[in-house]
Amino acid sequence: MEQTDDIGGSGRFWPALREFGEAVATLLVTFIGLLAVTFIISRVVPIDPVTALIGERATAQQIAAARAELRLDEPMIVQFGRYVWGVLHGDFGTSIKTGRPVIEEIARFFPATLELSTLATILGVLVGVPAGVLAATKPGSIADQVVRLVGLMGYSMPVFWLGLIGLLVFYGTLGWVGGPGRLDAGYDMMMDFEVTQYTGMILLDTALNGRWDMFANALSHIILPAGLLGYLSMAYISRMTRSFMMNELGQEYITTARVKGMPERRVVWVHAMKNALVPLITVIALSYAFLLEGAVLTETIFSWPGLGRYITDALMVADMPAVMGGTIVVGAVYIGLNLVSDLLYKLADPRART
Amino acid sequence: MTGVITWLRDPNPTSRAQARFGQTYMGFLRLRRNHLAMIGLTISVVLVLMSIFAPALAPYDPIAQNLSERFIPPLSPGHWLGTDDFGRDIWSRILYGSRITLYIVLLVILTAPVAGLIIGTVAGYFGGWTDRVLMRITDIFLAFPKLILALALVAVLGPGMVNAVLAIALTSWPPYARVARAETLTVRSSDYIAAVRLQGAGPVRIIFGHIMPMCLPSVIIRVTLDMAGVILTAAGLGFLGLGVQPPLPEWGLMVSSGRKFLFEQWWVSTMPGLAIFIVSLGFNLLGDGLRDVLDPRSSGK
Repeated sequence: MEQTDDIGGSGRFWPALREFGEAVATLLVTFIGLLAVTFIISRVVPIDPVTALIGERATAQQIAAARAELRLDEPMIVQFGRYVWGVLHGDFGTSIKTGRPVIEEIARFFPATLELSTLATILGVLVGVPAGVLAATKPGSIADQVVRLVGLMGYSMPVFWLGLIGLLVFYGTLGWVGGPGRLDAGYDMMMDFEVTQYTGMILLDTALNGRWDMFANALSHIILPAGLLGYLSMAYISRMTRSFMMNELGQEYITTARVKGMPERRVVWVHAMKNALVPLITVIALSYAFLLEGAVLTETIFSWPGLGRYITDALMVADMPAVMGGTIVVGAVYIGLNLVSDLLYKLADPRART
Repeated sequence: MTGVITWLRDPNPTSRAQARFGQTYMGFLRLRRNHLAMIGLTISVVLVLMSIFAPALAPYDPIAQNLSERFIPPLSPGHWLGTDDFGRDIWSRILYGSRITLYIVLLVILTAPVAGLIIGTVAGYFGGWTDRVLMRITDIFLAFPKLILALALVAVLGPGMVNAVLAIALTSWPPYARVARAETLTVRSSDYIAAVRLQGAGPVRIIFGHIMPMCLPSVIIRVTLDMAGVILTAAGLGFLGLGVQPPLPEWGLMVSSGRKFLFEQWWVSTMPGLAIFIVSLGFNLLGDGLRDVLDPRSSGK
């Protein structure tokens, strides 16, 4: 008897702790793996850092001295350890192009990407979930076919091309939205001098400063890229919602609810939705991560000063510390989102707790 | 023709080949009922034909410049998709570009799934530490943002078609390893494997001869579903100038080269982008339909 009490009581603490520990260990191993890959990539770069630093006509002695100074003469594993230690302390190296610490530059570029992908995810969820539910409640109907086709089109869309078409139609021809960049050129200057930048996210900052004219301008600029990325995330979310809802609607508890005479709307949106929501959380987190990545191409098109453009710009001038720093940050966010979605899943679904 | 169909539909096949062809035929009949999948199949077949017969179909040389015919708008006589900034016929370039697209897709699907298959089956068959280490490595690659890793790799290897293929392949094998491992775990302890082992077969023979064939169907479904993604990633790399280099008519590169004239000569980037979209939609429709036919569990019905 005591034993069963124990399982329900304090005995649950240890498995939960162990599970949490395992999750953290997995996270750490994955992160170290990420660093190992970026380390290897940046070490096999054909550009020799020593030659780049002291020129090609240096004597052997000078080269040896420079190598020692850069600590390139140490064993690989020691170098890797130093690299990991540096990254964990926020040292991503110095950008070759600007000569400034990579971490500072990333901190400046990241909010723009975060703002864009957050808005896109919100749009994707707002449209994608109802569309998926609609398709699932009427399988085989016209609505279902339309949702399926629109979703597949989103899967097949080259995002850079869609961005160009969007600019051509909504900016170039119709003039409904702002063009590339986060603000009109005139406002861009004001942003630096007249607005206190609390978050680096332009919509939030202008609203917090009560500059609604700038807010409107920023909105007209962000709506097109956010809408396009939102479409991509909608494509994914609506497909997944449909399949999860189909799964739930086929269960016996749904039949029971219907037989009891429960209104169909309540059956779908309360009973089935509650259970479909569990896997859906994972999907939404994954699509968020996917958008951070999709931003690379979108930001290039819309001259959006975010992390994606930072990485591609650095690539063009072979600024490897900047490229690797950006890759690490995106990878870390990606890994983090995966972990969060995993934990949320376990929180929401008691069956997933072991 | 009717004779062939009767032979295919024979409920009591007399040979292994007849049974196999019969199954394939029944699968095709099921696929035929899915109109969207048939559209996808048509697009894919047309793509293959286009690339094979590009020299015969293309009215102009895809690379030779003709500066007197710059920026001819679409639907003009002789250039129904217009010409680009060097006076090259866009339709001819799209036709030849389909070869590059197919070439990249073929190279990726000949490498990534094979690597994934080997890693997955080895991990699943041996289990224990082998499994743990291999799957941890797989998870690390799976946790990577694909496009960014491909970008970083191309940055190091240098731009170019082969390097782009390498980067895409290196980032797309992990899902195959996962699928192959899952399939291996289900067949590993079955009687027929035990029988083969008792006959004295070594692990290499068991894995390659008896486990891998069982994993093939699920891997093939994944390949069809992944092809559109490969096309999009390759085009994205091309668009950023990190994939195929000019003057080759790669579609992503063509979109990018038309960016400068987007508002005045919109067709230069729009047309090749449309080609990318149609082709990846075709593969997606086909893959979606194939999954419904070959893998009824995930059809969602």
